[in-house]
Amino acid sequence: MINSESVVASDNSGAVGSLLVKDHDVVVPGQVLANGLEFLPSYGSYRDGDSIIASVLGLLELRGKVLRIIPLAGKYFPKAGDKIIARVIDILMTGWRVEFGSAYSGVLNLKEATSRFVERDEDLTKILGIGDFIVAGITNVTSQNLVDITTRGQGLGPLRGGRIITVGTSKVPRIIGKEGSMVKLLRDSTGCNITVGQNGWIWIDGSPDAEIKMVGAIVEIENNAHVSGLTDHIQKFLEGLR
Amino acid sequence: MTKSGEKYTKRVDGRGFKDVRPMSAKVGIVKRADGSAMFKIGDTVAYAAVYGPRELHPKFMQDPSTGVLRCSYAMMPFSGHGSRVRPGTSRRAKEISMIMANALMPVLDLKMYANSVVDVFVSLPQTDAGTRCAGICAASMALADAGFEMKDMVAAVSVGVADKTVLADINAHEDCDIGASDIPVAMLPQSGKISLLQLDGVVSKEKLSEALDLAKELCTKISEVQRNALKEKYSSGVSQ
Repeated sequence: MINSESVVASDNSGAVGSLLVKDHDVVVPGQVLANGLEFLPSYGSYRDGDSIIASVLGLLELRGKVLRIIPLAGKYFPKAGDKIIARVIDILMTGWRVEFGSAYSGVLNLKEATSRFVERDEDLTKILGIGDFIVAGITNVTSQNLVDITTRGQGLGPLRGGRIITVGTSKVPRIIGKEGSMVKLLRDSTGCNITVGQNGWIWIDGSPDAEIKMVGAIVEIENNAHVSGLTDHIQKFLEGLR
Repeated sequence: MTKSGEKYTKRVDGRGFKDVRPMSAKVGIVKRADGSAMFKIGDTVAYAAVYGPRELHPKFMQDPSTGVLRCSYAMMPFSGHGSRVRPGTSRRAKEISMIMANALMPVLDLKMYANSVVDVFVSLPQTDAGTRCAGICAASMALADAGFEMKDMVAAVSVGVADKTVLADINAHEDCDIGASDIPVAMLPQSGKISLLQLDGVVSKEKLSEALDLAKELCTKISEVQRNALKEKYSSGVSQ
């Protein structure tokens, strides 16, 4: 089954556990990560008797004795406080229904979209039409996953021009980078504006050449999202394009 | 005894009685799917694509307490032998779709995906018996590739008994012509729990338990292939 390099102590007296994986290893569901009660399961792993077992495909993150798995795939799941990019799919009585690449759609209420007075029978498509893209914040997610969103706030609102590309939501942290380092690098070296939604939808806006460069870089990040030292690699990648 | 009344002393493809056919697997073969995988065992090839969680239609099928797993099994019209060569769905395909969902459900937890559906589409372009098992193996990999939380992978194999000999991973010749009992088994390799057990034919109690022991052994081997395929997808990349 799994090769253990360390010694497994199976006696009941003062058992010494063993770790069967290394930090940043790719682990798969059902894989035994460690034996012994001193290890603690966190996201993406669970305890079964003496063993810690992985429950999701991802990269192992070892923090002392805590085993956490950063997933490498998965659909976006709405969370209050997230900034997302969404598309209007329907007009409601007092707002809009939007989709954002998740199993659930969201509702943008009229009062969350504009501060001006709207007449009773006014045509809402004057404000947002079907197919329009918006940058929105998620304000509330109920237990049944009904999602409320807002476009009131800094950096939120309708998107005009540019283009939308989509990546897996698990790739978003790599595209943003540590404290936004990757986004800054992308923006500075392509001269193209970029807004990344937590749902993996990305809006880019610039000259056609800059946009092509940006798309190339984002695809490169997506394909190497599990690799460490990615910012350096992307820097070289972008210099190669120049 | 076999169908023809002769002793079964040698397998037609030269395998040992306890050997599986050569296996290979690949993950991420359908680009637009949320997760996908191919599983090949001998001449049986299964492709699985996972879409979801996504909104469930028709709406009356929605369950507000949990997400729903929906499997679809399809042998391609040119894939098989004899009477099964027919396009479109059949009673058999419908049944296998259901048992595949039942075999996969124990490792999944869809509680957080209320009202939504996870669709698993399994297609077999080429078949030589053991299709539901190959389908389950591929579907399990595709679900992991799609990023679902799973307690374990699901590995499946079809064992058989012909002329009092327990056979591993029977092929279509043994299933149809020799008349071996066909016992498809799906297993959670980590815990050894069984999530699918069917039996087509007659078998003694002793032979059944012998066959199940063999199936357990084989499922461990199969899960190794599944795991390696999942890791393979992320083994390449720059500067690692």
